[in-house]
Formats: sequence, structure tokens, C-alpha cells
Amino acid sequence: MTILILGATSAIAQAYARRRAAGMAFVLAGRREDRLTAIAADLVASGAKSADTLVLDLAALDGIEAQVQALRARYGDVEEIVIAYGVLGEQAVSERDLPTARMIVENNYVSPMLWILALLKDRPPMAPLKLVAIGSVAGDRGRASNFIYGSAKSGLDRVLEGLAQKYDRTPVRIITVKPGFVDTPMTANYKKGGPLWATPDKVAADIERAVAKGKRIVYTPWFWWPIMFIIGHLPWFVFRRLKI
Amino acid sequence: MQAVSSWGRLRQVPHEVDRPAFLDSAREATQRGGPMLGYGLGRSYGDVCLNENGRLIVTHLLDRFIAFDRESGVVRAEAGLSLDRLLRVIVPAGWFVPVVPGTKFVTLGGAVANDVHGKNHEGAGTFGAHVRAIGLARSSGETLTLSPSENAELFAATIGGLGLTGMILWVELQLAPIRCAKLQTETLAMSDLDAFFRLAQESRDWPYTVAWVDCLAKGSATGRGLFIRARHAEGGELKVHGAPRLGVPLDAPGFLLNSATIAAFNTLWRKRPWVLGASTQHYEPFFFPLDAIANWNKLYGKRGFYQHQSVVPMAAAPDTLRKLLGLTAEFGEGSFLMVLKLFGDKPSPGLLSFPMPGATLALDFPNKGESTQRLLDRMAGTVLAAGGRLYPAKDATMSGEAFRAGYPAWRELEARRDPAFMSDFWRRVTEAA
Repeated sequence: MTILILGATSAIAQAYARRRAAGMAFVLAGRREDRLTAIAADLVASGAKSADTLVLDLAALDGIEAQVQALRARYGDVEEIVIAYGVLGEQAVSERDLPTARMIVENNYVSPMLWILALLKDRPPMAPLKLVAIGSVAGDRGRASNFIYGSAKSGLDRVLEGLAQKYDRTPVRIITVKPGFVDTPMTANYKKGGPLWATPDKVAADIERAVAKGKRIVYTPWFWWPIMFIIGHLPWFVFRRLKI
Repeated sequence: MQAVSSWGRLRQVPHEVDRPAFLDSAREATQRGGPMLGYGLGRSYGDVCLNENGRLIVTHLLDRFIAFDRESGVVRAEAGLSLDRLLRVIVPAGWFVPVVPGTKFVTLGGAVANDVHGKNHEGAGTFGAHVRAIGLARSSGETLTLSPSENAELFAATIGGLGLTGMILWVELQLAPIRCAKLQTETLAMSDLDAFFRLAQESRDWPYTVAWVDCLAKGSATGRGLFIRARHAEGGELKVHGAPRLGVPLDAPGFLLNSATIAAFNTLWRKRPWVLGASTQHYEPFFFPLDAIANWNKLYGKRGFYQHQSVVPMAAAPDTLRKLLGLTAEFGEGSFLMVLKLFGDKPSPGLLSFPMPGATLALDFPNKGESTQRLLDRMAGTVLAAGGRLYPAKDATMSGEAFRAGYPAWRELEARRDPAFMSDFWRRVTEAA
């Protein structure tokens, strides 16, 4: 079985790949060759059957179709695809600097959407697939503190929801992962600690379980589900007053 | 600035913290100016892993295998790889870490920097004796490969070099073959200190030996405890260990560990009816009994604790141990079980390695302030007078004189130290020199 990971150097992707390593074939895509090679070596040493690297800029929108064709020619219809890349940015910066805002939306929404469309386009619809994409609890509601990144994740969420409906009752499972605060290099500028922060391995364990069950949406850690349920249902006259 | 403490939790120390996720960023981190120091899982007890108001390069995310040859048992991995994860991968392939300390929650980098030892020191020597090569980044911008044949002097200085020769990036280790994840053990009652030396003598064909001693026993009972010897079982499953089963969520109140509770614990530990005799045990409870309780250091409460670990040359060992045990019984401050074992004469490749042929003693002391300090000073004095030395990885209090007398090679390490690398320990023991 083969897992294709787009954004394989992300901390969550690394933790997830490790958990799935035994006997697995990996295709690891990302920008930094030395880092991909380090991850591939680790997976092979810890029991993976193989780990190939694919050096490319996932946010380069024009090359996506050609990349996908090359991937299909080499690996056929892979059984699992994990979309793990993203850019958090800083709301204050992206709000005032339009190129940054555009970059955030392209990296977190436009590019993953196009990759997903390209990867699904020529697949036989009955070929089994688990498609896992890392969204975010930030996509569940537009909040003053993080709505540009949030809107991109929200857009991705809608794409996945639509696909899940389209592929309902087929062997294609679309799995949306919604982590909360995760202690990774992506969040290096945050003050960490406290019960809301999770390790990448905790998130990876939840993804592993969701993939095994073919779950539609997984909040990770689990407590984000009730938190986001409440936040998502707050009426406007309450929500407007929240400083979140 | 971020507060960091070591395993003894004596102080919260402010640091700038770097957490590189890949080796290239770790190399870059060495270029940002000192004083800096590599930091693994923070399992050293005192201040060898601290660098107040300086930088710590935390290796937590540098935990990848670089290569693992399942045929030859040679493994190369990033410095932040823990023995915990290493064992999870190598045990099913029929390999074991040739030397393991009392916890698997240490990194390869930390094991090299402190040149850790285990229950098989007589036969296997220290961890450093099994290191084939080390990758080191210096603040000068160089990245070096160290081995007995390449940069040999820096290799020797880095093994047991307390992380001061530069940033350890990766370690290549020769593993030891095993046929089973279990050990055959024999536990014998030890009536006193003479019994310890006799049993140690009689157990020479057992690769692993250790003694647990009741530190509250006095007079003719001094040295009373259990002697345990073990070898890897010949056949069976290669099953890895599990995750910690228990945790200590909060600081225990200070009164929990007093001489009455400790005496009760020690008696129960020694007199468990099922404890004596031969048995087969998984490697986890045998080598890492305390790993079952995450954060057991919090049992000592908010003020933290000290550990004394010393070694004294064989000739002086019986007398000195008797004096040390007498001191702890007199002060009534020792806690839980004390560990006693013999070191063999296998030399370490390291310049500043702790073990020497002789007997080593380790025990914890809850921090009760000045009286604990006085006891530790008197114990250190006793060790020094016998020609012994204390273990920097465990130490928080030894004087510069005591350190320099115990480790005359310290000047050579100082000469090879990366000028931008520094620790609180090194400042403490070399300042007045």
C-alpha cells in the first residue's frame, strides 16, 4: 500500500507517517530536499517498505496537473493521500499586506483544492482511496483574530464536504482533520502550554484512528468538537462580544 | 526567555530556547552567538544541562533515524532520538542498546555528553565505548565527523564532554544482539556490605548486576538490601515496551517523604515475598523501573531533590561505602532505595568519563535546605578523600576543587571546548580555577 503525503515535512505529517511506517510505501512531497531525505531515511529505518521523495513547490499552481500525471505514471492509483501543508501567517500582517493575504489563501485553499481536483480527476471512481486533509478549527467561524487563514481553511472544508457527498457510498473516503493548537514549528511564535495544546503525535494518533474507521470529520484532540459546536452555534449578539 | 529546569527541579532557570526541527536548522542555531548549550530530555539532575540567561538548543524534534543496518546492528540517528524510540525500533529486529542507564527517556546526544553507564559496566564499559562516530557542529561554522580515527582528540573530548565541544548533531552506535526481550534474573538477599562484595565477586559471569540498598539500615545491618543479577534470555519474543502507566500530575506535599514512609517503603520493597529467587523479566521493569511513573521527580515536592552518585577506587571502597552509608543513616535524609554497583576496568574513550574501577553509590535526597547541603558536602569530602569522584550528570553542589581533583583531565576539555558553548555546571566548577 502507498501513502502520498503532500507537505511531508510538516510536524503532523511526520508524526503520522511514523505511526503508519510498518511495511508502508511512502511518496513524500515537499520543497526541501534535504529535509524530505531525512524523513524518508527515518521511515525506512523504522520499518517502512520504501519512502520516495518528490521535491516541488506545492503552491506553484501552474504545475499541478503535470505533477499529478507524473505521479500517476509512476505510482498508479495510490490508496491514501494526505494533504498536510499550510501556512499560518500572522493575521495582523496578512490583513494589511495584500500579497501576504493572497499567499495565505493560495497556500491553504487554492493550491490544496487544485491538487485534490487533479488527483481525483482521472482516477477510476471505484478505486479505494482515503483522502485526508488537515483543516483547522479556525475554519469553523470567522474570528477577528484569524479570519484570513480561517477563511482559507473554511474554503477547503467546503471542498472536502462537497467531495464527500459526491463520493458517498463509494470506496473513496474524504477525511477532514481539524486540529486545535498543536505544538509545532508552525506555531513557534505562540506562547504554549496548558490543556488546549496538543502534541503532533496526539493529533497523528487521532488521524490514524479516523483513517482506520473512514471517519468524515475528526476534531483533534476530541474536546475541540464540543468547543467548536458551542462557538459555531453562538448567536451573533453573543459572538460579536467574544474576544477570540 | 523561558524557564527550564533539570530533573532535580531545584531551580527554574531562564533561557532563550531554540527548537530546531531539522539538522540544517540545528547547524544554523550554532551560528547565532553564545553562550549556548544542547539540551535533550533534561534528565540530568543538576546543572550540566542548564545555561542561565544563555541559549539552549533543544533537540526534541531531532529524533530521526539516519540509517539502521539490521544485519550489522549499526545505527546512526539524530542526537535527539530517545532510547525509548530507539528500543521500539531495534528490539523487534533483535538488537539492544549495548549500555542503558536507569531511564530510557534520555537522548543519544545526552548519553554521549554524559557518557552514561549501566548495570553491565564490568563487561561493556560506558555508552561511549560503543559509539562509532559523532557529527558535531561548531560555532565556527564547521561541521565535523568525529571517530576514533577522524578528529580523534575531539571525539574523546566529546564523549563525556558535557555538551561543551559543540552541538552534537548525530551519533552512530554499534548495537548488541539479543534473542529475546526478556532477561533471566536472580535476586538474592544481601545482609550487609560484605555480602555485597562477596555476591559481586561470585556474579562475574552475569553481565548485569546491581544492588538495592536500604539506606536507613544502621550498624551491623549497614548495606542490607537486594542483589540482582541478570542476563538476556536465550529465546522468546522480541516484544517492545509500552508507554508509562502512571503519572504524577502535581507536586507531592513535602511531608509525604519522611523517614517513616521511606522506612516502610524500603522494608516492603525488600521483604516482598515474591522478590527473591530466579525469574524472567521483560527489559522494561528490569532496566527502567521508574519509567513506569511519568514525572516521578514530582514526588519530591516543589523544592526538588538532589542525587549523590559517586565512585571510589576498589581498595578504598568497603571503608568509604561504610562511611557514606553511616552518614546517610545518621542524617536520616536518604530516600527510597540506594543503588550500589561495581564498575569494571574497561576504559572509556571519553576524556571526562565518570566511571573508574571501583564501587559506585547513588541515592536521592529531597531538598530540605541547609541540612541536605551539609550532608552532601560531607559525602563529597569522604569520596574525595578516598580518591573518588562525583558524577557531573547527577550533581548540583560539588565544589570546583572537588571536581578538578576528581577530573584532572578537565583542562584538556576546557582547551577543546567550543568557545561559544557553556553550561551552569562548567561555570560553577571551573570559575575559580
